[in-house]
Amino acid sequence: MAHEAKSAIVGLGYSAIGKVYGRTGTSFALEAIKNAMDDAGLAKDQIDGLLIQHGITPCIGLGLQNAGAFKNMRLVNHMNAMGATPATMVQYATMAIANGLATNVVCVFADTPLQDPNAGAGASMFGARDRSNIRGFQALDLHYSPMTANGGYAMGARRHMALYGTTNEQLGAIAVSVRQWAQKNPRAAYRNPLTIDDYMSSRWIIEPFHLFDCCMVSNGAVAVIVSAADKAKDMKSDPAYVMAMAQGYPGNEKRAGDLHDTHTGARIAAKTLYAQLGVGPQDIDVRSLYDCYTYTILVTLEDYGFCEKGEGGPFVQDGKLGPGGSCPTNTGGGELSNFYLWGMTPLSEGVEQARGSAGDRQVAKHDLVLTTCQGGFLDYHASLILSPNATY
Amino acid sequence: MTTQAQPPVGRPIPTPDAASQAFFDGAKAHKLLLRFCPACSRWLAPASDACDSCFSDQLEWKEASGKGEIYTFGIMHQVLHPGFKDEVPYNVVQVELAEGPRIMSNIVGTPNDQIKVGMKVEVMFDVLSPDVTVPKFKAI
Repeated sequence: MAHEAKSAIVGLGYSAIGKVYGRTGTSFALEAIKNAMDDAGLAKDQIDGLLIQHGITPCIGLGLQNAGAFKNMRLVNHMNAMGATPATMVQYATMAIANGLATNVVCVFADTPLQDPNAGAGASMFGARDRSNIRGFQALDLHYSPMTANGGYAMGARRHMALYGTTNEQLGAIAVSVRQWAQKNPRAAYRNPLTIDDYMSSRWIIEPFHLFDCCMVSNGAVAVIVSAADKAKDMKSDPAYVMAMAQGYPGNEKRAGDLHDTHTGARIAAKTLYAQLGVGPQDIDVRSLYDCYTYTILVTLEDYGFCEKGEGGPFVQDGKLGPGGSCPTNTGGGELSNFYLWGMTPLSEGVEQARGSAGDRQVAKHDLVLTTCQGGFLDYHASLILSPNATY
Repeated sequence: MTTQAQPPVGRPIPTPDAASQAFFDGAKAHKLLLRFCPACSRWLAPASDACDSCFSDQLEWKEASGKGEIYTFGIMHQVLHPGFKDEVPYNVVQVELAEGPRIMSNIVGTPNDQIKVGMKVEVMFDVLSPDVTVPKFKAI
């Protein structure tokens, strides 16, 4: 029996992205929404839903409906499942449309963590954080290390290395493959060649993570527009049909026996996702995975069953994730080399691949595109299977 | 004009708050205190507000053995706080305590390149000021 699409992503819009200074989150978000509406061929008065997420900086919120003078909206919310949110926004929009709450729903994300280094402040998003009021257990953790997300993921990778023998060379193979894709993407921030030697000789951030294990930080916004599947063929651009959608949250007991660092919510989501189409990992043509760190790709590949648990290192080491490989993954360059706007990075490339608009990096067979978003320290996970076809 | 010497900047010394006062009082007395749910006989991390099994907030403070092993660790090279400028590279670990909970800490007295996952450790107490002592761990 053919499976029908649940909805369609009919518009995709980017703002200027990267080291773009002196603009507000609202400005980025409205630019991205305008470009998404133009992409879909929709006028503003045809938009009746607005789902909103901001990133590291609280730069947009519910006020966006006023800033953009969106009138007669039927669905508005400020969403948060951290990095997983963009996939969840598409899911909630799909459910709202199916239940008659809205017709054309904008899902938008914006962030402005980078400040102009020539304007006196450091470009680091952490440099200006005031910790003087931290007390109690938070202050105790700060005494041990102000390590941020880098530390959480690095320690997860360390656990994986200790249990399964995963190596830095294997994590580095991921960075190299993703960079090879980025070289085919005119949008990507980092398009210079990256070798395994470059990776191994790059400075440590927090061992076992080198510089090139870690994503960049970007300013900007991305918006997508979700509509009913049967309306998509009337839109200006080819759609990316939403064929399956799922979420997964593993909980972290932080206690003996908990496998959180090496087993993620993707394992929960994968079961839901594959069951909706009666497919498995062997049926996926392209992967667009959240890659805040190289390790996130490795553990996500395992948890979606592309290889066995613990086999991620050997699996990626031969370069099969890169151009020409048997397992094309993060074809836009990901958060490691393209841009970092949380879950909008994998979602936007998932849409590009599914609808066939990825240019030089387009994967020839792209019937099923796995798109995953990950947040917190492997705490929040959501995913979609996107397709150029309305049935499977 | 004379310039006044800047005091050395070290790691930030934590200030106890109401929720953590008993824990810091314990550390000052060289005791590692955890939360304990008497209904479940379940040990919980010091920052727990309620039992994660029965959801009761009727928790006790109870002294732990101080024994455990390194669950995972990192060697930090970034200076994300000025107090760590002279500390990098330094270790940060998750210790899995014999009682079950995993807590963040540092290992004292072991070179970075000799720290291993699974290494057996026990608590020691780092006196940061006359008022504040914090638990850390050493290899055994």
